[in-house]
Amino acid sequence: MSSEVRLEKIRKVFRDSHTGQDVVAVSEFSLTIRRGELLTLLGPSGCGKTTLLRMLAGFENPTGGDIYLDDKAITSLPPNKRNSAMVFQSYALFPHMNVLQNISYGLKFRNIGSSEKQDRLDQIIHIVGLKGLETRRPSELSGGQQQRVALARALVVQPGLLLFDEPLSNLDAKLRESMRYEIRRIQRSLNITAVYVTHDQVEAMSLSDRVVVMNKGRVEQVGSPREIYRYPSSRFVADFMGISNLIDCDLVAASGGRATLKTADFEIEVEERQNIRSKTGLCLMIRPEDIEVDPAGNIRGEIIETVFLGERFEVLIELPNRTLLTARLKAGAYQQDLNPGSKVSLRLLSERLTYAA
Amino acid sequence: MRKDKFVIFSSVVILALLVVFVGFPIFSTFKLSLSDSSGLFSLSSYQSLFEKPWLRKSFFNSLLLGSMTASISVLVGFVFAFVIARTRVKGKPFLKFMATLPIISPPFMLSLSVILLFGKSGFVTRLFGIEDFSIYGLPGLLLVQTISLFPLAYLTILGVLQGIESSVEDASLDLGASRLRTFLLITLPLSVPGILSAWLLVFVTSLADFATPMLLSGKFDVLSVQAYLQFTGSGNLPLGAALSNLLLIPCVTAYILQKYYVQKKSYVTVTGKPQKAARDLTSRPVRIILSAFVFGASLFTLALYLTCLAGCFTKSWGIDYTWSLENFAYVWQVGRQAILDTLLISIIATPFATMLGLLIAFLVIRKEFFGKRFLDVFAMFPFALPGTAIGIGYVLAFNNHPILLTGTALIIVLAFVFRNMPVAIESAKASLIQIDKSIEEAATNLGASTHRVFWEITLPMIKPAIFTGAAYIFVHCMTAVSAVIFIVSANWNHMTVLTLNQTEMLRFSAAAVLCLILILIVLAAFGILRLIIGKNAIAKEIVHT
Repeated sequence: MSSEVRLEKIRKVFRDSHTGQDVVAVSEFSLTIRRGELLTLLGPSGCGKTTLLRMLAGFENPTGGDIYLDDKAITSLPPNKRNSAMVFQSYALFPHMNVLQNISYGLKFRNIGSSEKQDRLDQIIHIVGLKGLETRRPSELSGGQQQRVALARALVVQPGLLLFDEPLSNLDAKLRESMRYEIRRIQRSLNITAVYVTHDQVEAMSLSDRVVVMNKGRVEQVGSPREIYRYPSSRFVADFMGISNLIDCDLVAASGGRATLKTADFEIEVEERQNIRSKTGLCLMIRPEDIEVDPAGNIRGEIIETVFLGERFEVLIELPNRTLLTARLKAGAYQQDLNPGSKVSLRLLSERLTYAA
Repeated sequence: MRKDKFVIFSSVVILALLVVFVGFPIFSTFKLSLSDSSGLFSLSSYQSLFEKPWLRKSFFNSLLLGSMTASISVLVGFVFAFVIARTRVKGKPFLKFMATLPIISPPFMLSLSVILLFGKSGFVTRLFGIEDFSIYGLPGLLLVQTISLFPLAYLTILGVLQGIESSVEDASLDLGASRLRTFLLITLPLSVPGILSAWLLVFVTSLADFATPMLLSGKFDVLSVQAYLQFTGSGNLPLGAALSNLLLIPCVTAYILQKYYVQKKSYVTVTGKPQKAARDLTSRPVRIILSAFVFGASLFTLALYLTCLAGCFTKSWGIDYTWSLENFAYVWQVGRQAILDTLLISIIATPFATMLGLLIAFLVIRKEFFGKRFLDVFAMFPFALPGTAIGIGYVLAFNNHPILLTGTALIIVLAFVFRNMPVAIESAKASLIQIDKSIEEAATNLGASTHRVFWEITLPMIKPAIFTGAAYIFVHCMTAVSAVIFIVSANWNHMTVLTLNQTEMLRFSAAAVLCLILILIVLAAFGILRLIIGKNAIAKEIVHT
């Protein structure tokens, strides 16, 4: 019952009604979504992720390309004929219906006997934990409960494809975290293919089997959360994943799976990336956490600014040849004074660094 | 574009209906105005508009009356709206009631009261023995039109004042501006679009008004009445049609200005969130002056209504003021059939106009289809048409095969449906815009077809707007006169036309009774509306979710 989805060279162009110009929302997007996986479309606002999701649901029609659901072209199938169900950002609950009426709405359009209908409703209400609230109106529910109704309403029709449009963005931080695990657990246990749209990289990392990082309507990188975290394939992805130090470098030597990179200020040996062909104009990526102050370190610099964050200090360091590094240093871990103007020696955790073209 | 059978089918059907029942009548009027008495092409009607001074005069009289009424009404309406929205004056429910009552009042009612008070044998005229003053002409028209139409300005401006976020005024006060300067520099500039919009609205309505000048214009000729007299009285049909077209020009111009220019400039944003109560922007002396004005105006209006009421129970106004119920017996005798006809026709027309308007609003706001812009503009167009134009158009268009409707109830029902459909469109649009589109998308996504989404999701959510729209349409049908006067017949009469007949026969008391019955029916309709909607329960819930 869970489906495989294939997107082939999807293209979507909007006409801006004010300027009359074409705006490319999605461009040459090809991807296969595997049976039963949870795939996240991750990117900043305006990157085309929501447009893509709405094309999967059928609310937008692609300007070009095709969408296949289990090898059947559904590109021009109207949304109510598609076997997909969506959880909306605003929940979109029917305000004039109670919880039970909301959840059972989609079952009306499927040929299901009344006893199976009842079973499914009981089961789903149990799974999402809404027992006892069946006769409440949406306005009488908390944000988290509304979210569960939206989820149950989509799940109960047992869709081949489940779509999530930033479903957690209206919840407070704590609830968001618990709902995240809840969604993951339910999706796994029902083994439904799901596409999840978000701009929150932490959410993407913790939920997904695979993540697609999107930028300007194109795929920047596809991979498991670990791959994307460990080996961002471009400056854009690295920046979006919160890697704040992106330093220009050249490859000076490579052998035995190790690569030596040279920046304006230092040389460092990191794991070699086989698929990167060019040797110049590369970009070394250093997470702020992967920099340590170490008297034995071979990189010297001067502290320009220090911000206390609680558990850590965020410190801006300038190296002799003008390279700027942002480091997050554990508070209390250093004897040394971290005030602006102090000279420090740094060590980079080279086993955790990578680079991209 | 995806093919949605429901959307294609309904848009084609609606377009066809609009062509037949809006486009065709206007076309027929134009065709007739461009022909001479033998039916050949001729510009003679338009030529006489330029040549005959009395025709030119009535055009300029209409414009003069319209702009004066609009200016005074906007001023009065603004003061009322300001007192309601920005001061702590007591007795607001009374003020609100008096400022909306004229909207639902029958035509002729206020004119009748004014005649009963200030006419040749009026109560006040006789009481003070006034000799050289006539209420007929510009002063009487201004008085009655201002009282009838300032509520339009009041409601428009009130909406705008309530839409201005009160924190903007708070910020101005917080930065050190006095209340007067806050009003002059913040509140007033922000309400300018509303003021312009209100002015144009009153202007158009004054121009199209037929009932008031019919009774009160005296020697001050205006277009709407002249078109009627030419068309029915002297039988110069092409000239009547040409006059009606002439009236179209300022009306359509003002409508287009209002809709496509002024409204775009509005600062008001619909958030759906209830606004906090705004701060009182007046000092004590200012408040006293404003209160004196609004209460004075309200009491005067009330006095007019009471005069009409008194007229109902008076044996012979101006001669014999003894209590009497004879008028009721008389009206029951001559008017029973017209009252029932009017009710029946209004009750039939209301749901059709409402549903059609609703469907159009749904298609225009929620769907994409070929010709959407055109359909939207076309369907709203009857709003800009003076009733006279619609009446003349219907008589001309449906007087012959293939669509012979003259003399039937159907022609009145159709005129009401297409004339009032824009009311339903507007109220449904306003309501739909506030409702998150994804609620309907969710239903589609779960498998509901477009027509099921419309019936099961959209309709229940905008139920309050539907009933409110329906109530106003019903009132419009009950109180219509300018269009209906051309299409009533011996078999199917309308209460307002009967009222006019009675007034022309100088049976003022009978006319007053008819007005009273009409206003009672209208108030009953609003009472039923309140029962149906409850205390806005559904509306609140939808905003909340």
